[in-house]
Parts: sequence; structure tokens; C-alpha cells
Amino acid sequence: MSAQPPATVVGDVSGLPDTAMGPRSLVWWGTLGFMLIEGTAFLLAAAAYLYLRGQATTWPPSGHPPPDLTLGALFTVILLLSEIPNRWLAAKAKAQETRPVRLGIVVMSVLGIVLMAIRYLEFGRLNVNWDHDAYGSATWMLMILHATHVLTDLADTVVLGACIFTRKITASQFSDVNDNSFYWSFVVLTWLPIYALVYWGPRLL
Amino acid sequence: MSVAATHDERLARTWGDAGGLWGFITTVDHKRIAARYIVLTIALLVLDGLLAIDMRLQLAFPALKRLEAQGYNESFSLHGSAMMFLVSVPVMEAMAIWLVPLMLGQRNMAFPRLNAFSFWMYLGGVLMLWVPHLANVTPDLGWFEYPPLSGPGYSPGHRADIWAQMITFTEVAALAASVNTFVTIMRMRPPGMTLARMPLFLWAMLITSLMTIFALPAVMLVTSMLISDRLVATHFFDAAMGGDVVLFQHIFWFFGHPEVYIIFIPALGFVAAITETFCRRTVFGYVPLVLSLVAIGVLAFGLWVHHMFAVGLPKLGASFYTAASLVIAIPAGIQIFCYIATLWSGRPRFATPLMWVLAFIVTFVIGGLSGVMTASAPLDLQLTDTYFVVAHLHYVLIGGAMFPLFGAFAYWYPKATGRLLSEAWGKVAFWLIVGGFNLGFFPMHLLGLMGMPRRIYTYPVETGWQPLNILASVGAAIAGVGAAVFVGNALVSLWRGRTAGPNPWGGATLEWATSSPPPPHNFDQIPVVSDLTPLWRDERQVMEGLADDHRELLLTTAIEARPDYRQQSPDPSIWPLLTALAVSAMFVGSIFTPWALVWGALPIGAAVTGWFWPKRRT
Repeated sequence: MSAQPPATVVGDVSGLPDTAMGPRSLVWWGTLGFMLIEGTAFLLAAAAYLYLRGQATTWPPSGHPPPDLTLGALFTVILLLSEIPNRWLAAKAKAQETRPVRLGIVVMSVLGIVLMAIRYLEFGRLNVNWDHDAYGSATWMLMILHATHVLTDLADTVVLGACIFTRKITASQFSDVNDNSFYWSFVVLTWLPIYALVYWGPRLL
Repeated sequence: MSVAATHDERLARTWGDAGGLWGFITTVDHKRIAARYIVLTIALLVLDGLLAIDMRLQLAFPALKRLEAQGYNESFSLHGSAMMFLVSVPVMEAMAIWLVPLMLGQRNMAFPRLNAFSFWMYLGGVLMLWVPHLANVTPDLGWFEYPPLSGPGYSPGHRADIWAQMITFTEVAALAASVNTFVTIMRMRPPGMTLARMPLFLWAMLITSLMTIFALPAVMLVTSMLISDRLVATHFFDAAMGGDVVLFQHIFWFFGHPEVYIIFIPALGFVAAITETFCRRTVFGYVPLVLSLVAIGVLAFGLWVHHMFAVGLPKLGASFYTAASLVIAIPAGIQIFCYIATLWSGRPRFATPLMWVLAFIVTFVIGGLSGVMTASAPLDLQLTDTYFVVAHLHYVLIGGAMFPLFGAFAYWYPKATGRLLSEAWGKVAFWLIVGGFNLGFFPMHLLGLMGMPRRIYTYPVETGWQPLNILASVGAAIAGVGAAVFVGNALVSLWRGRTAGPNPWGGATLEWATSSPPPPHNFDQIPVVSDLTPLWRDERQVMEGLADDHRELLLTTAIEARPDYRQQSPDPSIWPLLTALAVSAMFVGSIFTPWALVWGALPIGAAVTGWFWPKRRT
């Protein structure tokens, strides 16, 4: 209908940087979006656990000893300690330092593998199977949900590692490493309430 | 001049797709992806409409036997499931995928490949429901499949699994689209478009994307729990083993109620855009409209229990949720009053898109009032599971969401195709659909009050329900004719419609600044915005400096929309399709064996690695 008035050029963006790090980067926001989704799933799964607890007279239902504490505690301690190299790696990625980033990726991959191995053993020490009763189902649901996240980030870390060892690391890959560390922190944080529910819920609730 | 033409041509080449089938399956162009989303949702809308007409035929006369109980159960289950999961939510996402970058003056969305993946997953969901239907394995427990009926004890076979897994497909698609929309709106607004200068449609889509992010994990979780009860003998919903069937209802409706608003809030965005253009003034009450959208988005999460009043919950809980449900009428009312005020104080031009807005206002108010009635726990105990609820939900969903969608379709059709729809046939379709709809659904309120339960395949003559049922069936048939006119108009106008030009309605937002249909790169320059209605100004400001030999976008800061950095945007890729195929294989396999989750993860990992593996730039 109406013709547009002629345009006045009021700026040139060609001088702007072509990558950004952390909360400025696009991928960071995407990661945030997926954390919100997965965080909601964790919350709802925890709510389901508590709801089922509310329906039962004893917790765990008779016949099940609560999960053994040792492996769960070991997993938790290593996971929490992994935040130290993880934050260090994030800082080095931000500073775009090639050698420390390569070292950090290796350390985080090894830690991920160790944690997955402990997680595998943890399943055998839960002292309940998923098909025993609703308590068992809820416990396994929380554990599998979190294990999937550890595994996903481990796979991501390994692939990133393969990527940055086989070529010169670009600025956008440094940014990816930084976002990967961000996601790992999420995996660490979400474990704490799940740890409390799975290991201490049957003792205290 | 020739230099400028070269720049545009280079942009078009950089952002264009390869031709043929390869271009079709590798495209990451948001317009093409949205177009196939929209065409597919409309095809399903027609299919689901035919199912509805089939059911109305069955109920027109008492004691009919043309559809037996099983056939009827399958019909309403397919109709409801497909309408909710394959039509209403996806079509709103698709509108966002198409419109958000255009309204932002951008060349694509934040994550173009995620967009492509979203569509392929959606297509997987469509096939998940309809292919088994062709093989006569059709879900038959309604659009929310409550255990224990859907549990392993009462539903052997795979009907319930197909329903549950169809949901997983569509929710993955919806979540991918929502994260994309959220990030695109937060980080890719044009310079100057602060949050306070954002068109209401973008506010609506921003809130919807956040609601989707918080609501959809619930339904994925609960259907996964159902599948695992059925597949590996967990006991989440098995009362004999400490489970609880009401848990399913809680988690389902924690998603299910927000979902209604996930469908409705985008529709409010359409209403805002159409009302502004056709009233030729900015929408009355921008700030209260934004705040009431936010309020609806928040309150929607606190209402789910009103779907469960008949379950036998504690009275205090029922009272709380009654109050919460009544409260949401306030922000919904603010919306309606603001649009009436805009109409009142503007210079309305009653073209078809605005007609749909008027139909929305009238119909949605009726649906809202019956909603206030059913929100009241004591009354709900009488009305629940009757045709009153069928009437209410269709007034809200068709009146509240589909009418604005049809208006949006008429409004943006010229932008998408370059041609205008026929106004005359548009009005014919409008009156047939709106008239037929009201004739079809208003009597259902009365049938519900007379005690006719929903989901019955027939009824005896002594009930006295026949006259109103015939009326309802005639109404459905009239609306069906209207739908045929609507679709016919859209098809014929593709080559017979008048040429539209860039801005046929005199719209004020950025999508009208580019040609119709837009070129592959959408805009030659970066628009700069200084108020809510940039195209109604006498001057036009732009920025330059993005590459034209590779795909580059401008990112801006989240609140103030100041230019921040230039982001590479990915080229077309086959990996989203391959990833979707790998995920689909795992989803389908996991109906049959839990090992699909283990072995199925390997091809997914391979596909995702291919997707993200960086391409060497020369």
C-alpha cells in the first residue's frame, strides 16, 4: 500500500567482534534454555518421588534396606571436586589458551568416565530394583535421569576434545568449551537434591 | 545502484537453498520450515475436522449403530490427541518460526538447524499416530490416557504406547522450537527494539516459549513413566505396589492446563497485530496488555487441579484451585477490554482478519464465562464429563485460538505468498465457520446441563437429547463447508489472488518492510527501531556491515538491544534430518524393548557429532 521512505544508514556493524563468550554468546542462551527444560524435569521427578513417599506408610517400604551410602558419597565428593578443574577449564577457555584447554578437556573426560563407572556400581547398591515397587521405580527414575545427564556431558566433552586436538582451536570452539563447562556445573548442582532424596530420603523421610 | 543490486543478489545467493530434493531436505530457512509445518497442521486440521463430522453424524440420531463403541472411542481419541498435540501447539510454534525473524528484521532464527530438527521430529510424531492408525492400531482412550485404564493390566497391545510416544515426538519438537524462539527474541532483536518496544506478538511468543519450556517436560516425564510401567514393569501408577494413579493426573495436568494457554497466548499475539493494523492506531494499553500476558503465563501453572475436582481431593485444595481459576479471568478480561478500547477509539476497517478478531472476542468471552462456571468446584462436580465441558473447551480453543489463527492466516497470507486472499470468499468462509460453530457447539451447553455425558457413542431416544444433537450436527456440517471454502480460497488465491506488494494492509511492524514473499535473506539491511510502530514513521533507519558472502547475523544485548556481535549462522545441512531419524528409531524401538534406549543412543550420538562437527572455513 504505502511506499517506504528512503533509508538512512545510521551505523555499521562490520567492526563488531564475530564471537562472544559466556552469557554474551548465543549458545550459552541455548544451553540455558535446555537447562531450564531439564531442571523442570528433575523437579517434577523429585516431586513424584515425594508424592509417592506421601502415599506410603513406611519409606522405604518393608523389605528394602536403604541404599548403601559409600558409593553415593564417593560419587558426590568426586562430582563436587570436579567443579574445581571445570571452573579452571572455563576460565582458560575464556582466556583462549590452547594448551590448558586441551589438558582440562582430558581431565574432565577422565573424571566423567570415573563418575560413570561409580554410577554403574551405585545401581547395584541401591538395594532395590525398579520393578520391586513404586519406591524402587522412583529411585531408579531419579538415578537414571541424572546418569543420562552425566553421560550426555561426558559424550559432549569427548567429542569436543576430539575436535580441539585435531585442529587449531577457533574462538567459537573456545566458547563451546566454556558452554560445556557451564552445563557440567548444572549436572553437578542438580545432583545434590537427587542425592539427598535417593540416599537420605529413605533414612529421614 | 548496480553495487546495491550486487549486494542483494549476493545475499540471496548466500542465504538461498540448493534446488530439488536435496535443497528440500537440507534447508534451514525458517520460512520454508514454518511453511511445511503450517501446511501439515492444516492438513491435519482438515482430517480431524472430518473425524468430528463423522462423530456428529453418529450422534445426530439416537441408537445409531454406524460407529460401534470401539470405532467411536478411536475417533474421539484420534481427534483430541491430534488436535492438541499435532495441530494446536505446533501451528502456533510454526507461526512463531515464520514470523519472529521477520518481525525482528532478522535473516534466520538463532539455531536454524534446531529448527529443521524440530520439524522432522514433528513429522515423526504425525507418522507415529497416523501410520499405526492405517494398520488399525489406534489409541482409544481419549486425549489424556489415564491409568489404570492405560496401564499394562487394562490396555495390552500397543495402542497406549503409540499415544504416549507420539507425545514424546511432538514435545521434543515443541521444546526445540521454544528454546529457539526464546533465544531468538532475547538476543536477536534489531537495534533499538528494547523490551519495551517489542510488538505484542513477540511478547506473546516469548511468554509462550517460556511456558512451553516449563510445562512440556511434565508430559514427557509422565508418558515416559507410563511407558516404563507398561514395558519394564515399574509401578508408578500401580496401586497394589505403592504407586498411585492420581499422580499421573497431577503431572499430566501440570502440563495440560498451561498447554491451553500455550495455545491461547500466541492467539492473543495475532489479535494484537491484526487489531493494531486494522484500527490504524497503536493498541490501547500496551503495558497492561504485556503485564496481563505475563500474569496469564504465571497463573496458568497454578490451576491444574481444577481438571481433577471430581477425583476426590481435599476440600481446601479444591477451594484454593477454584479461587486461582477465577483469578485468571482478570488478566484475560484486561486483554478483552484493551482490544475493545482499541476498536472503539480507532478507525476500524472490517476486512476479514479483523472480522476473525471480532468473532474471537465474542466467542472467547462465552467460553471464558463457561470456564468461570466449571472452575467452581461444586458446579464442576455436576458439569464434569458432560457435554457442557465439550462446549466449553471448544469455545475456548476454537474461539480463543483457532479464530485468531484464521485471522492471522488471512492477515499474513499475502506476506507469505505475495498474493491476497479473496475478501469475498474470505467473508463467506468466515460466516459459515463462525455461524456453523456456534450452531454446533452452543446446544452442547444445554445437552450437558441435561446430563448428556461426553464420550458416549450413542444414546437412547427416551433421553430427549435428539433435537439439540441434530442442531449440533447441522452446525458442524455448516462449519465444515466453511472450512472447505477457506481452504479453497487459500489454494485458488495462490495463482488467482491480487498481487499484494510489500505492505498491503499498511501494517506497522518490520515484517511488512520487506518484499512479499520475502527473499531468502529476508532483509537487505538491518532495520533500526525507535518505537512500537516503525513502519508508521516518515523516516527509516538501517544499519549495514554484515557479510554477504557467508551467513552472518547481528546479535544484540538482551534488554536494550544494542548491537553486540556478529554471529555465524549455519548453512543447510542433512544432519538435522539424520539426527531426527536416529531419535525416531530409538523412540519407536523403545515401545518394544528397553534395549532400544541403549543401542538407539549410538546412532544419535553419531548424528549429533556430525551435526556439531565444525566445518573448516577457508
